Amino acid sequence: MEVAAFYGFSILAIASALFILFSKNLIYGAFALFLAFLGVAALYVLAGADFLGVTQIMIYVGGILVLLIFGIMLTQKTKSDDPKVHNRVEILIKREIWGFLIGTGLFVFLIKIIISADFKMAGDSISSKSTIKTIGVELMTSHLLPFEIAAILLLVTLVGAAYLAMNRNPAS
Amino acid sequence: MTSIPIHHYLIVAAALFCIGLAIAITKRHFIGILLGIELMLNAVNINLVAFSRYDPERLSGQLFALFVIVVAAAEVTVALAIILRVYGYFKSVDPDEVDELKQ
Repeated sequence: MEVAAFYGFSILAIASALFILFSKNLIYGAFALFLAFLGVAALYVLAGADFLGVTQIMIYVGGILVLLIFGIMLTQKTKSDDPKVHNRVEILIKREIWGFLIGTGLFVFLIKIIISADFKMAGDSISSKSTIKTIGVELMTSHLLPFEIAAILLLVTLVGAAYLAMNRNPAS
Repeated sequence: MTSIPIHHYLIVAAALFCIGLAIAITKRHFIGILLGIELMLNAVNINLVAFSRYDPERLSGQLFALFVIVVAAAEVTVALAIILRVYGYFKSVDPDEVDELKQ
């Protein structure tokens, strides 16, 4: 059952990623990215990270994906009635070849490394209990400094993004 | 919980990472490149979470993945703000056409 779920969600994530790669319309790509994020969240849960799975859905699907779709819609070039023209991304054949070569080359390289690697896991495997308590305690004790830095980073990002995206020329 | 070997997680993550890299290379659109980068960050997070399965007392991998998610959110926000400014100035989202700081 668990094995079937793992392979099902893996195939879902990889198939949606391939759909983004081959689709010409960025809006479809963004919606396929939604499916890919859901598949990755399911993989987190299957690996015993329940809190991270929920965080992934909340932040990526609720925040980042909505922002990306806003960005795609705000940067539309052409206004026309033909639905196939909107958001089209022209891809040069040279870039296609380079992307294919680099992607498959890196994939073969990584697969060789993963197959030849022999991991000896020292610790016990995770039990079925929730990870929220451990994550909370770790965040508030040994990882307190990165936690605070992340908070400041988010504040700076908020102010900076609002300032950058501000329309300085109201006439245009 | 341990029925799936860790190699399978790593192979899925490697496939997602390479697809994300190919997306970031081939798309001629700033937001298309961002989609690829997001996919690559997710693939890295799968690796971290998969290794964190064997570290139930401290969960270092999951904490690292949490910080990666936070930084990814910050990165996307700033990148979109910059893309909107660049689009307002150059009227283009093609990285090949935007190669100067000033027009």
